[in-house]
Amino acid sequence: MTTVRFLVNGAPVEVDVPGMRRLLDVLREDLGLTGAKEGCGEGECGACTVILDGEVVDSCLVPICQVEGRIVRTVEGLARRTGDGPVLDELQQAFLEAGGAQCGICTPGMLMAARQYLDAGGGPDDVAIRTAIAGNLCRCTGYTKIVEAIAQAASVHP
Amino acid sequence: MPAEPPVASPATLADAYALIQREPHTPIAGGTDLMVRITGELGSIPERIVDLARLDDLRGISLERSAVAIGALSSYTDIRRSAICREHLPALVEAAATVGAAQIQNRGTLGGNIANASPAGDTLPVLIAMDAAIVVGSVRGERTIPADDFWTGYRTTALAPDELILRIRVPLVPGRETRFRKVGTRRAQAISKVVAAVSWRDHGRSSGWTQVRVAYGSMAPTPIRVRQVEAILEGAHPTPETADKAAAMLAATLQPIDDVRSTADYRRMVAARVLHRILRDAGGW
Repeated sequence: MTTVRFLVNGAPVEVDVPGMRRLLDVLREDLGLTGAKEGCGEGECGACTVILDGEVVDSCLVPICQVEGRIVRTVEGLARRTGDGPVLDELQQAFLEAGGAQCGICTPGMLMAARQYLDAGGGPDDVAIRTAIAGNLCRCTGYTKIVEAIAQAASVHP
Repeated sequence: MPAEPPVASPATLADAYALIQREPHTPIAGGTDLMVRITGELGSIPERIVDLARLDDLRGISLERSAVAIGALSSYTDIRRSAICREHLPALVEAAATVGAAQIQNRGTLGGNIANASPAGDTLPVLIAMDAAIVVGSVRGERTIPADDFWTGYRTTALAPDELILRIRVPLVPGRETRFRKVGTRRAQAISKVVAAVSWRDHGRSSGWTQVRVAYGSMAPTPIRVRQVEAILEGAHPTPETADKAAAMLAATLQPIDDVRSTADYRRMVAARVLHRILRDAGGW
């Protein structure tokens, strides 16, 4: 067992788990954060995408021993807590409005890939958005409404 | 959940060398290949793992006198962002950009692509075409293995069980041009059906090409150099006649296989067309 300390959505956490446990399993099983989904378990689908130190990663491919002292953002951290209750992130709001989610399995990963795209200064450009989510597969939407949602969110703060 | 084999995370290279000399360990760097193996769906699960992430000696990209040295832990994203690679090794940058998508490029490493020894490894033909050398180390010291000698058979390498890949040294050759082309099912997240890298030294109109290298992946049990084709191009100019001859020789020489990703016929034909196109672009016709 290895003790690993890191930040999840701004809060410090400590887990005592085998060092090779996947970050995905630590999030879902040990920390109860079930937003990140396991689609393929081999880095093809992006459903488990989280942001690790400012970069998107497939959390199914990250052993927890490499997360010591690092910063993890998951879909659970997107909405802001306010006195009047949680306020959706502009991307979550845009996905709702544009119909960017159907079955929902890819959505947390899509949102995190899109969040990182916007954080890195990405704009409403179609090709750039499609490149940013090229590692996230969706089998429902045909991507059009997802791309529209990201472009909409990107246009709010040009 | 997948298997969770024991993992050691040495803080120094000396500790890592000592550890893997006592008992063989499977290294993990970015984990994009190894983390799939612990699911057990691709055969045996590694017994013991050594985590290389704390070995800072294996990081960084630097310009030496006549070479670029790329630390084995450099990710595809590091390579894409490196001003040194962009200026001196644009074909490697191009290859790094075709690996997976952002999630994979942020984690996968050049050392890992080399060690994983997949015949379809996207950067491997580029390393062969650029005469790269793989610098490896162990308790016995360091040694250098030319890329062309590194992959010895299907998913096997010249690396001893107690050796680690430290860095990749790519010589800078005046006037050398390198071209890269990957053909896959889609632009992102595709494992290559055909991957090619061709390099040459251009001496202008007066004399023909020299130091020609023609390297392919996904065509044989290892990434390969195709010396019969190099022989046609060595000393030649990229004329239509030369391109026809080189492409025909390539098609006649390669012996790819049918598998889930493509067929032997498709691979042979596309490989020849890719070479022909590279030569046509170089010849400007």
